[in-house]
Amino acid sequence: MIVFIARRLVISFFVLLAATVIMFVLTALSGDPLEDLRQDASPNKAAKIADRVERMQLDEPIPVRYLTWLGNVARGDLGVNRDGHDVATMLGEALSATLQLVIAATVMAIIIGIVIGIISALRQYSGFDYTVTFAAFVCFSLPIFWVAVMLKQYMAIEFNNWLKDPSIPPVVIGALALLSGLIFGALTVGDRKRRLLSFAAGLLIGGALFTLLSVTRWFADPGFGLPLILAISLAAAVGFTVLSAGLNPRGPLYAALGAALLGTVASEALSPLLADPTWLEIIGLALVTVAVCAGLGYALGGLQRRQAINAAVLTGLFTGGVVFVDRMLQAFNGYSERVRGRPISTIGARTPNFQGDFWQMNLDSAGHLLLPSMALILISLATYTRYSRASMLEVMNQDYVRTARAKGLPERTVVVKHAFRNGLIPVTTLMAVDFAGVIGGAVVTENVFGWQGMGNLFIEGLDTVDPTPVMAFFIVTGTAIVVFNMIADILYAYLDPRIRLS
Amino acid sequence: MTLNAQATGPDTASDAQGMTIVARTQGQMVRRRFFRHRAALAGMILFGFVVILAFSSIGFAGIPGWWDKTYLDTGALVNQGKPTLSVVPEFLGGDGIRLGEHPFGQDDIGIDYFALTMRGAQQSLIIAFLVGIVGTVVGTVVGAVAGYFRGGTESVLMRLTDVMITIPVLIIAAVIGRMMGDSGAVVLGVFLGLVLWPTLARLVRGEFLSLREKEFVEAARAVGTSARRIIFRHILPNTIGVIIVAATLSVASAVLLESALSFLGLGIQAPDTSLGQLISRYRSAMVVRPWLFWWPGLFIILIALSINFIGDGLRDAFDPRQTRVRA
Repeated sequence: MIVFIARRLVISFFVLLAATVIMFVLTALSGDPLEDLRQDASPNKAAKIADRVERMQLDEPIPVRYLTWLGNVARGDLGVNRDGHDVATMLGEALSATLQLVIAATVMAIIIGIVIGIISALRQYSGFDYTVTFAAFVCFSLPIFWVAVMLKQYMAIEFNNWLKDPSIPPVVIGALALLSGLIFGALTVGDRKRRLLSFAAGLLIGGALFTLLSVTRWFADPGFGLPLILAISLAAAVGFTVLSAGLNPRGPLYAALGAALLGTVASEALSPLLADPTWLEIIGLALVTVAVCAGLGYALGGLQRRQAINAAVLTGLFTGGVVFVDRMLQAFNGYSERVRGRPISTIGARTPNFQGDFWQMNLDSAGHLLLPSMALILISLATYTRYSRASMLEVMNQDYVRTARAKGLPERTVVVKHAFRNGLIPVTTLMAVDFAGVIGGAVVTENVFGWQGMGNLFIEGLDTVDPTPVMAFFIVTGTAIVVFNMIADILYAYLDPRIRLS
Repeated sequence: MTLNAQATGPDTASDAQGMTIVARTQGQMVRRRFFRHRAALAGMILFGFVVILAFSSIGFAGIPGWWDKTYLDTGALVNQGKPTLSVVPEFLGGDGIRLGEHPFGQDDIGIDYFALTMRGAQQSLIIAFLVGIVGTVVGTVVGAVAGYFRGGTESVLMRLTDVMITIPVLIIAAVIGRMMGDSGAVVLGVFLGLVLWPTLARLVRGEFLSLREKEFVEAARAVGTSARRIIFRHILPNTIGVIIVAATLSVASAVLLESALSFLGLGIQAPDTSLGQLISRYRSAMVVRPWLFWWPGLFIILIALSINFIGDGLRDAFDPRQTRVRA
């Protein structure tokens, strides 16, 4: 294994080195770096040109320029751009903005995509499956910049306008209820009567929910409140138990329910701390949650101790997440007033000069992240959905799944324990490949939403035929892609023992 | 044992009717499976319609089309340039079904937007097809040579592929677009194709690696067939399915890539136009003249979606294992 990693590292290094040559030469050849100065009318034009020629070494041939650049990079100096700004500083700022965007979008896409993909595989050839397949094709065919501009118009500007008077028109409530009915109906297996029943149930639940939200003007001052938090986390406890251990024997269920109850009570007890926490405190609370829930599972789990610990920890973290979201929602009203009723932003990564407590600052980031992430997610989401659906279908047709069913295991065990784990193995490789796509998508998305990120660094560098920022961008993304590919290979070998690294 | 060339003659056809098995060539089988794939068929009809509409309406390469306006001439603004296309019949409270003077409306200086969109679609299609063709040819040749010859040739070519794959597609395309954007669609398409071949090369190499060990290749080598003939005559026809599918899907992604480039200002330059450039040019007009934004986007989606469906149908048609479980 170590030999494999070492060899891969050496090869990757040279591959990356060769790629930098290509990028540098192409960028340097892509236009005239003095274009703007040639049309300059100011008297010191000649001096400016001489200055830039000096700084960018334009009097030297491109290979010499490349070697100088490479020598500087080897010493840890990324150079200056054509106006003399330090590229390393620019890169640092850009990197943090882009990482926020890319990580948020990728994590969301992976979770949602895998869940949808697996459901659609388990319900193959159902209405839901066909809809998901069609939607995935549409997502593959969507130009990301077009979606981004549309989101800006309809999700930000019009949504913000609507928030001034957040009552949902009856027609929209009807449409949303119909949609929820269709989703319920499409997810149900069985004869027509059962499907119609779930359609009706979905219709009623959706209609009631949105009417309630509209009548109580929930969107003007959102939040869950303690009873709802308790209800959601108890439901989640049951759900996680069903997934990880089943409802019989009761041990795991009690552990999970206990975790949900404890979490809700703790959120109330800790409210002075939660009023304005720091990220460190939040992480600390999460660790405490994990420890307490693991203990709970250990004590109550009985024979199914491991499953009980899993269910309890998942429930505990989920409850924590619900409490977190609830706090954010409670801060929404105050935040909304402070940004003059326009909580969903279309430009940049944060409101300039905005200072508030922990929750308001988080809301500010979230409001800025929402739209670009949505635009980025769409495409990766489709890829993950298709991929996990395909691999899940393949696994479900394997002999060992048939064996598992034949020996009388419940369907839950077959799906969660035998199929799901193996079905996810091929998806790990996708995460590496997908990253390159996300970087490309980020370039476009940042352009639309005015983020001062890596994509912006690249586009501006390219526009001014300035290799240093372009190369700084490329070193980061290229290294990331090479490293991710290697991690994917190692992970794949670890997950699937049939594959031997050599 | 009597199953020979004559067995496909008319007398077997009557035998076959009794056994309800009809002998089909591989091409026939592929075609049958493709035409049974409803989404693929719909995609093909839609795609054909868009191509014919784009090239026949405003004419191409000096040949005049049936649409009387051009994408360069300005005209008087009619009704603030709103689209005159109407598809809601009168008895439903609409304006009746008609095209009108400017079915897609006009832009802010009175250029007919239908002509402009058609011109954009032409350019986007040309680039996408060139990228598809050039990329497929280069990728196939690189993959075939690497897979067949192995050894030093393979390491050199595959390391080159590795290097190219390290650079994200949009990034290398943006650099190429910055260089070639103002030389027109054809040059841009060819050069984009020259850098977008690595994925296909890997795919083809994999196929070649397994096929070159097969008996029929050994037999061909034993009778002294030249390497070129083995590659192009014996092995390549067996990989054609993989290549066609990949080529089709690469055209779809090239449409999106080109429009993204033009949107960033790195593709086709004004006064000529492409679908992405139209969206970029009128993105600030979203509030006042939303149609300037809708039409080119709609056409990008139509083109990419229909090609994706065709590609999906082809994949199923070429791969008999995938007829039941579509991935």
